[in-house]
Amino acid sequence: MTESAAWAILFLPLAAFLLNGLLIRPFLGPQSPLAGYVTIAAIGGAFLLSLWALQQVVSGHGEIGWASHSWVIVGGLDVRVGILMDPLTAIMLVVVTGVSLAVQVYSVGYMHGDRGYVRYYAYMSLFTASMVGLVLASSVLQMFVFWELVGLSSYLLIGFWHHRPSAARAAVKAFVVTRLGDLGFLIAILYLFFHQGAFSAEGLNALEVRDVYTAVGAGLLGSTAVTWLAIGFFAGAVGKSAQFPLHVWLPDAMEGPTPVSALIHAATMVAAGVFLVARMFPVFEASDAAMNLVAVTGGITAVLAATMAITANDIKRVVAYSTISQLGYMMLALGVGAYGAAMFHLFNHAFFKALLFLGAGSVNHAAGTFDMRFMGGLRRVQPWTYALFLVGALSLAGVFPLAGFWSKDEILAEAFHEGSVVALLVFLLALAAAFMTAFYIFRALFLTFHGTYRGGVERKADDAANPDTETTLAADEAEFVAAHDTHRAGESPWSMVVPMAALGVLAVVSGFVANAPFALPGIAAHWFSEFLFPPGGHGEAPTFIAWVAALSMLLALAGIGLAWLVYGARSIAPEKLTIRPLYLLTVRKYYLDDLYERFLTGKVFYNWGAGLLEQFDHDFVDEVSEKIGGFSRSLGGIVSKLQTGRVQDYGFLFVFGAGVVLLVYLLR
Amino acid sequence: MLLTATVFLPLAGAAVVLLLLGDNARRVRLFAAAVGIVDFVLALAVFLQYDRDDGGFQLTDKFASWIPQLDIQYHLAVDGLSAPLVLLTGLLGLAAIYSSWSIDKRHREYFAWLLTLQAAVMGVFTAQDFVLFFIFWELELIPMFFLISIWGSGRKEHSAMKFLLFTFTGSAFMLVGILAVYFSTCALGTCTFDMTRLVEMDLSDLLLPSQLVFALFFIAFAVKLPIFPVHTWLPDAHTDAPTAVSVMLAGVLLKMGGYGLIRINVSMFPDVASAAATALAVLAVISILYGAMVTFRQSDLKRLVANSSISHMGFVLLGISSVGATAEHLSPVGLTGAAMQLFSHGVVTGLLFVMVGVVYDKTHTRHIPDLGGLAGKMPFAAVAFLVAGLASLGLPATSGFAAEIMVFLGTFPAHGVLTGLATVGVLMAAGYVLWTLQRSLFGPRRERWDHLGDITHVEKVAPVLLMVAIMAVGLYPALLSDVFATGINEVLPRFTP
Repeated sequence: MTESAAWAILFLPLAAFLLNGLLIRPFLGPQSPLAGYVTIAAIGGAFLLSLWALQQVVSGHGEIGWASHSWVIVGGLDVRVGILMDPLTAIMLVVVTGVSLAVQVYSVGYMHGDRGYVRYYAYMSLFTASMVGLVLASSVLQMFVFWELVGLSSYLLIGFWHHRPSAARAAVKAFVVTRLGDLGFLIAILYLFFHQGAFSAEGLNALEVRDVYTAVGAGLLGSTAVTWLAIGFFAGAVGKSAQFPLHVWLPDAMEGPTPVSALIHAATMVAAGVFLVARMFPVFEASDAAMNLVAVTGGITAVLAATMAITANDIKRVVAYSTISQLGYMMLALGVGAYGAAMFHLFNHAFFKALLFLGAGSVNHAAGTFDMRFMGGLRRVQPWTYALFLVGALSLAGVFPLAGFWSKDEILAEAFHEGSVVALLVFLLALAAAFMTAFYIFRALFLTFHGTYRGGVERKADDAANPDTETTLAADEAEFVAAHDTHRAGESPWSMVVPMAALGVLAVVSGFVANAPFALPGIAAHWFSEFLFPPGGHGEAPTFIAWVAALSMLLALAGIGLAWLVYGARSIAPEKLTIRPLYLLTVRKYYLDDLYERFLTGKVFYNWGAGLLEQFDHDFVDEVSEKIGGFSRSLGGIVSKLQTGRVQDYGFLFVFGAGVVLLVYLLR
Repeated sequence: MLLTATVFLPLAGAAVVLLLLGDNARRVRLFAAAVGIVDFVLALAVFLQYDRDDGGFQLTDKFASWIPQLDIQYHLAVDGLSAPLVLLTGLLGLAAIYSSWSIDKRHREYFAWLLTLQAAVMGVFTAQDFVLFFIFWELELIPMFFLISIWGSGRKEHSAMKFLLFTFTGSAFMLVGILAVYFSTCALGTCTFDMTRLVEMDLSDLLLPSQLVFALFFIAFAVKLPIFPVHTWLPDAHTDAPTAVSVMLAGVLLKMGGYGLIRINVSMFPDVASAAATALAVLAVISILYGAMVTFRQSDLKRLVANSSISHMGFVLLGISSVGATAEHLSPVGLTGAAMQLFSHGVVTGLLFVMVGVVYDKTHTRHIPDLGGLAGKMPFAAVAFLVAGLASLGLPATSGFAAEIMVFLGTFPAHGVLTGLATVGVLMAAGYVLWTLQRSLFGPRRERWDHLGDITHVEKVAPVLLMVAIMAVGLYPALLSDVFATGINEVLPRFTP
């Protein structure tokens, strides 16, 4: 593979962005169907090239080395751009472009008739390009550039329907919260460059990823330095991957179009944080403190988000919380050193979670709402969507032999096998999350597809019109009601079902085929684990502990069973299981939104901090300068009174002055 | 002669506008635009002609015996520091002229003053004789005063006077500084105002303590930049100035402060600059955070952008504070970043003010709560506004990122904690920029704006020019940084003990 072919993976979607934004939108109108085809063609091309890249990396048994190119040189600062094509990159490329392709095809149906059709595809191609750029980057600064561009395109996509205040708000929230984490990433880069002197002595460049590996391997950086570096990078990852305590932006981000969530909140943007930790893994590995921080953060996130998924009524939010929880899984895996297992879970999760989001979108197409309280019985009108959602749910729950089972089990086994206290703690957290995962996703499944239809958005609109209920219509629901006289409860068009089916196949087989315990035709046993290992490490078969696998299966089935009893068979009333204070806590999202938005941002920062400072600026700093100005003006007024224009006064002053001079002269 | 032509063409144009063109508004506008275009081309030629491999001062126009009795020369020249700023002035001058299409009274005077302003700023960036520098520096005040007080809005006379008094007070300090340097050179045996010679002389032993002379210049430039606590003239002047004047004020006039700091304070007094480095960094961080926090509270679009300028110009001072702070970390990165930030803030804030002007022309309000829902009515304007906002918050692929990351990379080794604090300014920028866009462009359609259309082709000229500049520098910063670094690299050796 040539380097230019690898760059083309980045430039194809970028070209689609420019074509959509600069030519199609201005000249062919905001709804030109060409935009969709151009984007699909470009991303399809990028996908094929990514497959080629993967094949090349596999057959070459590792990294393809291309020299980087100079971007900016000032003094000792040498910022370079280039491609780091190693197994991690190759796998990520296939995931990103593959899921993106499926989502773009799905969007042709989903976004059909939207006034911003071309704009949508422009943003989608920009997002794909940014994500590809992040994955390809060979220098930390280049990564940061695309990292921020990923943030930008997610801002644009979440706020796509910017006439909805909630969407515009959610977009800002996503950008600012993730940027809070990005400060850590930024400072880590500054801190790396701070050590440029030590790097230069060895002929290395502190901003090049490969050179960072070398330096860490050679112990060029002290252990404290490595810990701080890792914490900085991890802060960035916490923001992007929506880990506790910066997870708050992701649920709100569901304001964007659903295919957007399937792409950026399942497979790509949120996975970027996990990718960053994996990319910088040697730095993390060199610091026990950093590894423990990653593991514990991941474990807490996995459980915390799962509890919120249990009580959410919005199907998309259930899936969103589930994403946070699963990302926590990947983080905790990285934290206990299970690099391969974490990336394997990222790989599988991308498919089944994108499928679940697309399924939620398909359901919304029929019901006009994401509110599961007004759904039910949809399996009869949407048999395909139902079947595929079921596949996704089983895979997420980790039921043998679907994809999710394999990677979840690997993570649990590795965590248990690691043996340290922290690892044992996160092992228990992960087990708890496994049970909850199965429960909440099947709760969503039963509420949505089983039972009887509860009227969809029309019913919700009636409820909202009734002052006795607390129901309020979201902006999208109101628009849906306004746009359609009768709802279209039926199966979604083929352009939506086919991409879902493709992801459905992957959600079943990706785990088993990619990392089978025994050799398959053409694929070696434990292929994924042997292929993807941390820089400086080596591939080995994953740990397998039979009783752990059995236990996690059992927990998953128990979760499904309980969900069936409560929401499927309805033989247990949900109220019986509800612990009221806990319920309130999860529904109010542990009061974190209130803490962050109302108290810290609204009160402490805006009212007290900025407010007082503005008062100070206006009433003191400015006032002082105005007073000085006023003083000199009144001084000028006094002096100007001397200029009366009367010759007698001047004559008097002249004589007086001459007298003073004479007196001084005489008295000397 | 290229530099002389670049500096004096707008002045000649101003004379033609006043004396020869008559009172036809259309003719005056078109002529001014033609002058702006030609001067932009000349400025571009200056930038391209500057040979970055040779370095040093080039394109010199010198008339040594201008006022020989006082050793005052007519001396224009550019180095790596000033060449990009000349280009910036040409670019923003053109943008300002194109943002003046809707001026509806006293056209001739208006364009004459605007062109004079451009000539004065060009002069400041190219003059290499202290007296000539000071003349241009003062010349800029006159058009500004009239432009704000006649064509402005709100408390325009008050704001114009405030601007004048602040800058004038600063200039008074600078004049004392210039004279102190001059008479000190006389004491050394060679009286000179020649700035290219002064940077090569040892000015540590002056008639006045060199710390005091440094402070005299610093006050003048700090007012211009502006730095907390001498910044309060800026929001007033911006808010009440007409659009084009805000563009020039934010785009190039503030840059005179940063330019002066590098050209005079850092280059001529490296020892004092080293000793003061930490104090400068503290001032910079205060300006960055203070400016950003005050910005959050603004409800007038123009006042908001003006306050954000205080924060962003703090990065210039931060970059300047990096040089010579510690002996082992003497590096051109921070200072080059500061120079980059001068250019970047010029085009970015220029574009922001152009867009605020466009919104105001259409809606007749700058009060943010009254706006909202504009994106649907004027998509092009919304895109331009968004690009400017993103560049302002330092998004990669825009000039804002290129400049700020260099400031950070260069300053972190010298002032670790302070630089860390300064990065919070970038986070706050994201907050106030996006929040502002959310409230003014996005949100539900408002019936009162239903009659609005997107901006006209003439109104698109300035935004397109500035967006191209923002993206070009953002995508390939070496375009500028190579030239700036040429200038900075001549300053650096003065710091080695």
